[in-house]
Amino acid sequence: MFAEPWQAQAFALAVTLSGQGHFTWKEWAGALAGELTAAEARGESDDGSRYYHHWVAALERLVTEKGLSDAPVLEERKAAWADAYRHTPHGKPVVLGRPD
Amino acid sequence: MADDHEHQTVPSDIALRVKALESVLVEKEMVDRAELDAVVDTYENRIGPRNGARVVARAWTDPVYKARLLANATEAIAELGYGGAQGEHMVVVENAPKVHNLVVCTLCSCYPWPTLGLPPVWYKSAGYRSRAVIDPRGVLREFGLEPPDDVEIRVWDSTAEIRYLVLPERPADTEHLTEAELAELVTRDSMIGVATVASPRTGDAA
Repeated sequence: MFAEPWQAQAFALAVTLSGQGHFTWKEWAGALAGELTAAEARGESDDGSRYYHHWVAALERLVTEKGLSDAPVLEERKAAWADAYRHTPHGKPVVLGRPD
Repeated sequence: MADDHEHQTVPSDIALRVKALESVLVEKEMVDRAELDAVVDTYENRIGPRNGARVVARAWTDPVYKARLLANATEAIAELGYGGAQGEHMVVVENAPKVHNLVVCTLCSCYPWPTLGLPPVWYKSAGYRSRAVIDPRGVLREFGLEPPDDVEIRVWDSTAEIRYLVLPERPADTEHLTEAELAELVTRDSMIGVATVASPRTGDAA
């Protein structure tokens, strides 16, 4: 059903945020449809395999539009995770060494 | 340095983006990690097209239930215990000898989760989404289905609010089967409308 764990995580985030009223499902469907249309306009072949990529883009867009977070914070957090993976010895759980 | 190999592989860019979203939102207590896990568990393990198949089998064996299902699908489906996200406003469309129903979501991928689970990859593809409305017979042919010319093809475009489930025709030679046995015959694709339900004896579609 989910090809990779991140797809399941992204799926659960959208369902949970909507369930808690951070956005309606109609808003969600609109955001996702917008990403799919944009991908088609870019001429990306859409055989459904990149569906969850579009899902994540829609999620980022709604999360920032709704003020739940903003792009620089997400970008910084992404870099922090990449860094954490690079510096965590194999076999150890990867944790963010955030100094706050 | 030799010990570089001891460190972990950095996940793909998209996986890191999701980790960033998740960790920021968990930290702000907008979502709860246990709740996220429960959602994934539900959709991976608990719901799927077997639920819809039970609805179809009940409708085949109980005419009163079928009447309720066609009149108010959401309530009739809830009688069997299925409901919730993406199943709040269900409409069941019935196939008949001269009517074949096909469900699509042209905008994105709206789909009745409580009865069918999550949509297959092809349902989400641009090809299916655009062609199901323009050329339904061409799409059906690709799925190996060629309804005769006098069969009307009705295409139902799902929306964020309304979700459709096809009630396929009960195949021949199934009079002796129990409701549970009938449910075994019902496939996901037959409830989207890209297949019919095969007769257990001949294997031929109804």
